[in-house]
Amino acid sequence: MTRLPAPFGSRIDRARTVAFTFEGRRVEGFAGDTIASALAAHGQWMLSRSFKYHRPRGVMSMAGHEANTLVRVGREPNVQADLTPIAEGMVVTAQNVAGSLAADRDAVIDRFGRFLPVGFYYRTFMGPTRDAWQRLWEPIIRRKAGLGVVDTDVPARTFDKAYLHCDVLVVGAGPAGLAAAVEAARAGADVVLCDGEPELGGSLTYAAPDGASATAAIAEASALSNLRVMTGTLCNGWFEDNWLPLIQGDVLVRARAAEVILATGGIEQPAVFRNNDRPGIVLGGAARRLIRHYGVRPGQRAVVLAGTPDAFGVATDLAAAGVAIAAVVLPRPLPDHDVALERLRGAGAAIVTGRIDEADGKEHVGAVRVGDDWFDCDLVTVSVGQAPAWQLACQAGGRLGHDEATQRLTLTLDRPGARLAGSAAGHADHGAVVADGRRAARAALRALGRDAPDLEPPRDNGLVFAHCALPLDPDPRAKDFIDFDEDLQVKDLINAVAEGYREIELVKRFTTVGMGPSQGRHSALATARTVAAATGRSVAATGVTTARPPVGPETLGVLAGHGHVAERRTALHARHMALGAEMKPVGAWWRPYLYGTGERARAIADEVRLVREGVGVLDVSTLGKLEVRGPDAGVFLDRLYTMAHADQPVDRVRYCLMLNEMASVIDDGVAYRLDQDRYYVTATTGAVAHVYAEMTFWNARWRLRVDVLNLTGAWCGLNITGPGARAVMTALDSDIDFTRDAFAYLDGRVGTVAGVPVRAMRIGFTGEPSFELHCPGSLAATLWDAVMAAGEPHGLRPYGLEASRVLRLEKGHILIGQDTDALSSPDELGFGWAVSKKKPFFVGKRALEARRRLGFDRRLVGLTFAPDAPEVPGESCLVLRDGAPVGGITSVAHSPTLGHAIALAYVHPDDAKSGHVVTIRGRSGAPIRAIVAGHAFVDPTNARQDL
Amino acid sequence: MKLLTCPMNGPRNIDEFQYLGPVRDDADPDTASDAAWARHVFRAANPPGRLLEWWRHVPTNFVFVAERDTVSNDVIRTFDPATAERP
Repeated sequence: MTRLPAPFGSRIDRARTVAFTFEGRRVEGFAGDTIASALAAHGQWMLSRSFKYHRPRGVMSMAGHEANTLVRVGREPNVQADLTPIAEGMVVTAQNVAGSLAADRDAVIDRFGRFLPVGFYYRTFMGPTRDAWQRLWEPIIRRKAGLGVVDTDVPARTFDKAYLHCDVLVVGAGPAGLAAAVEAARAGADVVLCDGEPELGGSLTYAAPDGASATAAIAEASALSNLRVMTGTLCNGWFEDNWLPLIQGDVLVRARAAEVILATGGIEQPAVFRNNDRPGIVLGGAARRLIRHYGVRPGQRAVVLAGTPDAFGVATDLAAAGVAIAAVVLPRPLPDHDVALERLRGAGAAIVTGRIDEADGKEHVGAVRVGDDWFDCDLVTVSVGQAPAWQLACQAGGRLGHDEATQRLTLTLDRPGARLAGSAAGHADHGAVVADGRRAARAALRALGRDAPDLEPPRDNGLVFAHCALPLDPDPRAKDFIDFDEDLQVKDLINAVAEGYREIELVKRFTTVGMGPSQGRHSALATARTVAAATGRSVAATGVTTARPPVGPETLGVLAGHGHVAERRTALHARHMALGAEMKPVGAWWRPYLYGTGERARAIADEVRLVREGVGVLDVSTLGKLEVRGPDAGVFLDRLYTMAHADQPVDRVRYCLMLNEMASVIDDGVAYRLDQDRYYVTATTGAVAHVYAEMTFWNARWRLRVDVLNLTGAWCGLNITGPGARAVMTALDSDIDFTRDAFAYLDGRVGTVAGVPVRAMRIGFTGEPSFELHCPGSLAATLWDAVMAAGEPHGLRPYGLEASRVLRLEKGHILIGQDTDALSSPDELGFGWAVSKKKPFFVGKRALEARRRLGFDRRLVGLTFAPDAPEVPGESCLVLRDGAPVGGITSVAHSPTLGHAIALAYVHPDDAKSGHVVTIRGRSGAPIRAIVAGHAFVDPTNARQDL
Repeated sequence: MKLLTCPMNGPRNIDEFQYLGPVRDDADPDTASDAAWARHVFRAANPPGRLLEWWRHVPTNFVFVAERDTVSNDVIRTFDPATAERP
């Protein structure tokens, strides 16, 4: 492994050898090498096969700008070989190859390119036989689609998120960014400077013009305590109000900056000619990076395409690295470089006027043709200018334009809080780039309210020749690539226009130009020029496609972070665990599903029987609990709920039903009037957040004298239910009289139980005598223990959520959200009794009247199934009438009390009468008969609850 | 991420807020026709330009009004309707 001597190889540590494998072959590199640089040092240029034609591809930018360098590392697909450092034992393999990289069976596609016309994604694949799509085309297309293969067994990794706030965020640590950051930090601002490269300096680390160096600026940046430097950090997007994701390895730093300076530099552009994708044809900057950063001699004999003066820096480095220069190709005269040209000529280079017309070579460039002359070479460097790195700026509202005089893309950004600096702003001369960085910092400082006089706009003499627009006439034999990711040639774009796609966004969608991993970095300008020429418009009028985040590839893990799941436990959680409860999540809450062990159905049936025959207790702490207070509390509830609450007596509890403005049922609960100005209102577990928000929102408009307190998390609740409930209650040490005559159904009492302050209500969901005790969460365990102790002689046991669901279904009680949907009106549910006919207004009343006039086409009813029914339908199974669906099953369970299955279902209104027979399509597809029952299956006259 | 200034809690990330729709004159349920009421329930104007909107700061359940330019997405002002006169 021979490398160039120092100062070349600034990023590698020659004392530390690192070994990895590529395509099964052991490769040695140095610490600091990237995968691509280590491989190039061994003459391995080919890294991948192209997406469509499976052509050999290698490094082009050494800056992560192209898809050519995407490889698989271990289990991770699509890793950028030109950016990713090597590590000991790393296993690197090529992607998108059938067989191996060297012998890719699909490479034959390259010769049949005419059968894969542009926009073939939009063609239909119908022939030749009827099933050709399934048998022939789909398997082919699925295999061809996408790059890399996702490993679904990849082990979990920890990702993290962090937050950062600063006065000024400078993106890009090249000469402009460094100057801007130092200028802003000198003035005392809190500054962050980030760059994706592992070191500061940007282009100065590999392409410094004579006399320019980043050393002094880096030293000052490191010394300023109010300047935070983040290298190896990719700023991957711009979002509103200067919210920028900074990706640092597996950490996503969410930065909020008062001012952002985008010193993102330029993206060196490739030249378009036949076989311009051959490995060994690289951008000038890539050759210099290989030489200067990694000490890799990029070839033995080079042809230098000198469209811009940058090429002379490249040639100087090549010569210093011992690369013979076969030819310097000048598409146009470059004044002021005669001395350099003479020196190159003297060293043996042919100086030719023209452009590179084509390249030759099978898996690596072997020669290029300029006009009629062929030049043998194993390296071609391309210097035709840069496009400003526009991604972040355009996300921030910037616009790309085109300067006809200099044929370059221009970038402008006019938004408070964000500004461009340096090459991104269009500057070319080193002095102008640095001065523009300082100027941007001054502007940011002024925006921050600091005294920072503006600087003179920098003079820039380098602009005139900074870009060289070579002709984009299609090669008759094609393979002149504009988009390397998607294998798109000049003719493809011209054909797209001929197909009628004139707008750049449509051309993009039809051809997929710019959709690959490089996101148009290398193709946008050439695409705009080609489409402009084909449509007879200017490049500026043609434009480029919309830039969206992310700027570079990001892993989903970085976006997901830790993935914490919010979890809520009731104050009685430890009691349930001690009793061996099986806990299940209900939204964010964890609730006891079942206490028993052994066979599930039997354990659930036991808990149901416990409540029907003895007494059980259910933790109802997850219920929404709202306290509505104020002189207008009754009026407020009257407007929100369908029943009358203003005239509700103190110490009474009333059912409450909430509609939305379209008269659909959204929640139910009870309202307990504690005193004249105070109600204690329950809401369903899942809806309380919404109900609480609705209450606040409505009152922001109504302005009634009322406030709402959400006690859901602060208070706990127990429901003691069953024929033995009263015996348990009267055994408790309490100042509340729980006897039948003193505490009637739907009464409410405030008092203490076992010294715990409680709100007690005679309400239940089971149809049995029920008492609900609510108390502050901190005392819930005390109350629970007291109830359990008092209940022990009566056989009291806790029961779980599943038994509770069966018990309520046996009574025909609905669960909002389970038995209702977005359209369920009270009439469809048979809840006419719960809707006041006297109140002049409540939310949903007007729509309910309108819906009544329209009539309704379904009713929620109870269904019973024969005990010997061969199949019981599941939830969501369709109810059919004359073969057409008219509704569906919303809840179904086996009733241990009745010994057969019961369900709630929407049926046709004409079938809603008791005794009607309806047909349901079961999961098996077979029809199932069910008989319509009234709403309650057990105790339809509600005699039991008042025992 | 956008910032929104809650009149009670100051500038907060937009993901702490719930959008509650444009401020509009509540139609009179006693006089509106069914068609007019359906329009009131199901349709809201979304004109380009300045719009008054209801917002809620979710962690504190504070409901307020924001004036926003629906073209530029700039929030011109936010205020507590209980203390400010509605324009």
